[in-house]
Amino acid sequence: MNLVAMILAGGQGTRLGVLTEDIAKPAVPFGGKYRIIDFTMSNCTNSSIYTVGVLTQYKPRVLSAHLGIGRDWDMDRKQGGLFILSPYAASSKGEWYKGTAHAIQQNIDFIDEFSPKYVLVLSGDHVYSMDYNEMLDFHISKNADVTISCIKVPLSEASRFGTVITDNVFKIVDFEEKPPHPKSQLISMGIYLFNWKILRRALIEDEKDEKSQHDFGKNVIPKLLEQGVNMYAYQFEGYWRDVGTIYSLWETNLELTHPMPALNLYDPNWRFYTHSEEMPPAFFGKGSKVMKSLVSEGTRVYGEVESSVLFQGVKVGKNSVIRNSVVMTNVSIGENCHIENAIISENTIIKDHVQIGVGEDTENEEFPSIYNHGISVIGEGVVIPRNMKIGKNCSISNFLNIEKMGVDFLESGKNLKGERKI
Amino acid sequence: MKILGLILAGDKGKALGNLTKKRASAAMPVGGKYRAVDFTLSNMVRSGIRKIGVITQYNPRSLMDHLGSGREWDLDRKHGGLYILQPYADENHMYWYKGTADAIFQNMTILKRGSEDYVLIGSGDHIFNVDFEKLYDYHMISMADITVMTKSIQGYDPLLYGTIKTDEEGKIIEIREKSKKPAGDKINLGIYFMNKKLLMDLLYASVPNGEYDFLKGVVISNLKVLRVMSYEFIGYWKNVKKSLLEYKQVNMDMLNPDIANELFYEHGKIFTKLKDMAPPKVTPTGSIENSIVADGSIIAGTVKNSVIFRNVQIKSGALVEDSIVMEGSTIEEGAKITNCILDKYVTIRSERIFRGYDEPLIFEKWQVV
Repeated sequence: MNLVAMILAGGQGTRLGVLTEDIAKPAVPFGGKYRIIDFTMSNCTNSSIYTVGVLTQYKPRVLSAHLGIGRDWDMDRKQGGLFILSPYAASSKGEWYKGTAHAIQQNIDFIDEFSPKYVLVLSGDHVYSMDYNEMLDFHISKNADVTISCIKVPLSEASRFGTVITDNVFKIVDFEEKPPHPKSQLISMGIYLFNWKILRRALIEDEKDEKSQHDFGKNVIPKLLEQGVNMYAYQFEGYWRDVGTIYSLWETNLELTHPMPALNLYDPNWRFYTHSEEMPPAFFGKGSKVMKSLVSEGTRVYGEVESSVLFQGVKVGKNSVIRNSVVMTNVSIGENCHIENAIISENTIIKDHVQIGVGEDTENEEFPSIYNHGISVIGEGVVIPRNMKIGKNCSISNFLNIEKMGVDFLESGKNLKGERKI
Repeated sequence: MKILGLILAGDKGKALGNLTKKRASAAMPVGGKYRAVDFTLSNMVRSGIRKIGVITQYNPRSLMDHLGSGREWDLDRKHGGLYILQPYADENHMYWYKGTADAIFQNMTILKRGSEDYVLIGSGDHIFNVDFEKLYDYHMISMADITVMTKSIQGYDPLLYGTIKTDEEGKIIEIREKSKKPAGDKINLGIYFMNKKLLMDLLYASVPNGEYDFLKGVVISNLKVLRVMSYEFIGYWKNVKKSLLEYKQVNMDMLNPDIANELFYEHGKIFTKLKDMAPPKVTPTGSIENSIVADGSIIAGTVKNSVIFRNVQIKSGALVEDSIVMEGSTIEEGAKITNCILDKYVTIRSERIFRGYDEPLIFEKWQVV
């Protein structure tokens, strides 16, 4: 086996609030029928990479069920295939993955099984479309030991990422993780291509270093750079988004409803695969009005939908208006509702005459860095009673039956939480 | 109880004209993403059948491509699974199927092998959602030799269907083939359930004697000596190959929320071949009313009372009304179609206007007009 891909999919994604209360970030639904990890998985399939390890840790149930044996990505193979690698206990000690590098280090024996020449480290948190072969060609042509895939962002945003400074042949001379005053617009996409021998040695060294946080960006990459290995920046010029916040998740979804979105889901030569339920085509009832939206299969619309993404099996009742919203799988919306600027998670039931996104744009009282831009987020499996009004920048935790709680008004900026049983 | 499912899918479906020029009627696209055969296949699988033989004959390429290894129906199994039963030639003979009974008789091997006790014979042309387990129960309780699935004649033309007369108990007394004067108040759906050994015996007694039709040779000729019972199905049922209007109606029926609910949501899923396409998209210029739209389609024009299959492009300013547009077709800017059926990959050039009057206008596969 020439190349093994390892997808880091264990992160919680704390900035996604209630959306990652019960699932890992890579399992968050996206784009009408996908989950975030589908993009990385499909990029592998489309790049003919069929030996893939997925490293899970945080709440992996939905993610593991989604991936299964990799059949939807053609990864149910006799040679290679998909492997879900969870943290494990060993006779001497058992431990959680302490960082991204530690997660790979714990699976050195897995990678050794295939004795690959290259290891591609990917993140399951990003929405993008990329042919990894081009990066591999670049890596080989530069005779590199390590290649980091980079993309240019505005200087103002660069401080959120690891920034990369290169010389004129793209050799990396400096690397700074989340610098307060970035010196470069070129940021790391968290996609690393290593010669396995180099990475293997670095991981073993890193494990022994007690001061290390065992993170690629913070520890392994700077250390390798210090040691003077051949490290190159592969400049990627396609579509790439880190949908790590409520606002970016909402915005990136809504971008898909534009006439010519940067992410082309309809390219026959670069399909995105997913594990989805078999549902009949979308139904647009009499009197329905749908504009500038994605409306997935199994959806039944009788109301008005504008600039929104409706996932599979969503029901929108008569005279209801949905605008600028992301409505996830099997959500049922009653009649005469008005929903604006909202993300509604899976299987939630919204009864008649409900209003979401009304009132003042008040800052969220507890988590202003999570719930902002006026977007309200309703968790999964929630029941919202008839006539309830929900303001802006609100959140409602998963599985709350508000009908039973007797609440019928949630002011802008408030969060509704229940007692967690698990 | 182990049951072998047999699906008769060898018919040409002459009434559908050019639409069945290159495919068997069982492979007719229906309801935005399905093929006719998906319904009976899914019904059988959901009713606990794990081994299914699909008997094909007429132009089976598109049907075989659709069925593949049976994976979409969970039929890619080590035990049981999907068998495609084709006519074949050997050094002396060409064994073209001479009729439905002959088709099963020539595949006697699938009956002889395997541990199934019963056989359910269905057709690839039927659009309905049924739980066959109720039929098995009825067969057992009524101590039938053969159980025929029937339906009240109301709403069906006796000239197009076999009609059935039963006694009070539900035992079939008479079956009359397509006649102005119906034998009774039920129609024959062409679905039969019986013991496998009995089926083998009845086939050996009829086919070698030149009786190649299943209904005549196996069912009608034994009405007096066997206990042939009628199990009445209540619900939506249609046959796609009866006429062009009926085919269109089957598709339009899916715009009726009650029928769609019965077929797709209430009683379990109808499975079909997955194509991994993005969700349907409506652009700022698009508008859709009373229609269904399948994955991969991009609607920038106006769609009314229509069935839009997968990967269809309806460009800005185009109008699609009372029509069926199959996979991969394109309606260019400003074109208008009313009461038309577009087979796969048809292109209607911009500004062109087409309208079907008494019968829908048919456009053949790959046509560019």
